[in-house]
Amino acid sequence: MSVLVYIEHAEGKVKKTSLEAVSFANALAAKTGEGDVVALALGAIDQAELAAVGKAGAAKVLQVSDSRLDAGVIQAHATAVAQAFEKAGASTVVLAKSSLGDAVAARLSIKIKAGLVSNVVELPNTDGGYLVKRSIYTGKAFAETSLTTANKILAVKKNAVDLKTDGGDAAVEALEVSIPDSDFASKIVSTERATGEVLLPEADIVVSGGRGMKGPENWGMIEDLAKTLGAATGCSKPVSDMGWRPHHEHVGQTGVKVAPSLYIAIGISGAIQHLAGVNSSKCIVVINKDPEAPFFKAADYGIVGDAFEVVPKLNEALKAEL
Amino acid sequence: MKILVCITHVPDTTSKIQFTADNTKFDTTGVQFIIGPYDDYALARAVELRDQTSGKLTVLNVGESETEPTLRKALAIGADEAIRVNASPKDSFFVAEQIAHYAKEGGYDLILMGRESIDFNGGMVHGMVGEILGMPSFSPVMKLDLDGTSVTMSREIEGGKEVVEASLPLIAGCQEPIAEWKIPNMRGIMSARTKPLNVVEPVSEETQAVAVKYELPPAKGAVKLIDKDNVSELVKLLKNEAKVL
Ligand SMILES: Cc1cc2nc3c(=O)[nH]c(=O)nc-3n(C[C@H](O)[C@H](O)[C@H](O)COP(=O)(O)OP(=O)(O)OC[C@H]3O[C@@H](n4cnc5c(N)ncnc54)[C@H](O)[C@@H]3O)c2cc1C
Ligand SMILES: Nc1ncnc2c1ncn2[C@@H]1O[C@H](COP(=O)(O)O)[C@@H](O)[C@H]1O
Repeated sequence: MSVLVYIEHAEGKVKKTSLEAVSFANALAAKTGEGDVVALALGAIDQAELAAVGKAGAAKVLQVSDSRLDAGVIQAHATAVAQAFEKAGASTVVLAKSSLGDAVAARLSIKIKAGLVSNVVELPNTDGGYLVKRSIYTGKAFAETSLTTANKILAVKKNAVDLKTDGGDAAVEALEVSIPDSDFASKIVSTERATGEVLLPEADIVVSGGRGMKGPENWGMIEDLAKTLGAATGCSKPVSDMGWRPHHEHVGQTGVKVAPSLYIAIGISGAIQHLAGVNSSKCIVVINKDPEAPFFKAADYGIVGDAFEVVPKLNEALKAEL
Repeated sequence: MKILVCITHVPDTTSKIQFTADNTKFDTTGVQFIIGPYDDYALARAVELRDQTSGKLTVLNVGESETEPTLRKALAIGADEAIRVNASPKDSFFVAEQIAHYAKEGGYDLILMGRESIDFNGGMVHGMVGEILGMPSFSPVMKLDLDGTSVTMSREIEGGKEVVEASLPLIAGCQEPIAEWKIPNMRGIMSARTKPLNVVEPVSEETQAVAVKYELPPAKGAVKLIDKDNVSELVKLLKNEAKVL
């Protein structure tokens, strides 16, 4: 038996969340005695990147070099993972929660008759049963979920385990799969992705601005601060509704859910729907000129003050320190 | 064209989440239930597409009788008929099996759902139904346009979006800005009373991943305020106390 990990990559680079999924699988296998961790990479991937997959805890990487799989065609990916699952003799699939991962996991669960738990936040409790803790109500609560099928799929939330970096070298093996043409009936005709920036859902530090920033012309100071910190930029919903920032930066109940180590909220009031997207952050810093802003109740550190004054100063202080 | 929209009946986004019965049941005290916000986007787009194609729009919920006001609201927004599968939604697989069965019977060309339910946030039901029915499924979809049986969608990916072309029938999990939420008007509310709401029984009982116990996150300690003229203090705290830099 083994634990199979579905790896995602963008432009050949393995996503950090996928490496976390490998580390999760490694810890899971150690706990359940399910054998080796086998990572599955679909489409063209940078060979040098595979070393990181080994370090994160995979013993083997199965590589399917079919250029039709370079793009994330949902049905075709699900078919490929199902075949790899059979060939690897796996019992569990672990993957990182993402736009593609979720879509693939759902179809896969029917194909391999596996119970699926999403938003998993820690290793399952296997004393006597198989209880998986997952985040529900958009981070406002947790549920212990009893998984009763022989085959299992766990879609893991960011920061569920620490990233392992001391694993060995993974053996790379080519894998052939046969995917029906019908799985490619839908076509991805174009992709627009911000390049060279830190991606919001995966970022370790996020700097977000709200309506208190007054207008898109003031985003320079948010971007400068993000640059100093190596952070991604986010925003509140009204900010993306008004077109100040692109939709994929909108954080919250109806937007991206982030789970960084550090979330810095600038000129955001802290409405419950915004908090729903950030409540998995390890540490929250709030900068707001209104001492009564509800965000302060959810914050670890706060500065009451005008963003236009505080943010440039903070940027200078960070530059001096980092 | 026949369109099916699957809606959830979930606590309003401002609700305080609490549990009872030794943390095994959701506490509905003082909670207002709504159509899931993502399902509301799906419904709004479905109303537009129904009007565009002079089609028929059905809404479906898997839930017990308390969800009927939510289904009536969907009728008031513009759906033509409603189906309630009379069962508590035990897990995503259970829900997907019910939806797949009634979707197949109805022969729908387009099935719209929300990107995810805001109670259990799985984001899984659309993909499961797609696989059971052998139909393509896409999520999260921010734009969906029809031209005959060709469909063009914009799907959100991390840090951007992709444009996907496919053909009917298909399933999409929707999110903004696919359409503007629609608020029921007086005429809608009046006509919703007489539109059909059919109650059907579940077709299978199988479950795979059922929640058995709930837990709230630990309460947050008080915020530490730092003077605005002493921001280097914040940098020190982030570095040495929180250890996040
Ligand atoms: C169903 C539903 C879903 C929603 N989903 C989301 C979601 O996913 N994400 C989301 O963000 N919102 C969401 N909302 C909207 C949410 O309720 C709030 O309206 C929104 O978060 C407010 O955005 P804001 O904090 O940027 O703006 P405001 O509430 O206007 O707050 C601006 C803040 O900036 C401060 N400020 C002003 N000037 C300065 C200055 N110079 N320096 C420092 N601070 C300053 C003010 O004190 C204030 O606290 C949703 C609402 C609903 C009903
Ligand atoms: N009980 C239910 N009844 C009808 N539709 C549902 C139900 N649960 C989930 N759905 C649909 O499936 C979508 C995704 O839900 P989930 O996989 O639970 O996040 C929702 O937005 C709804 O459109």
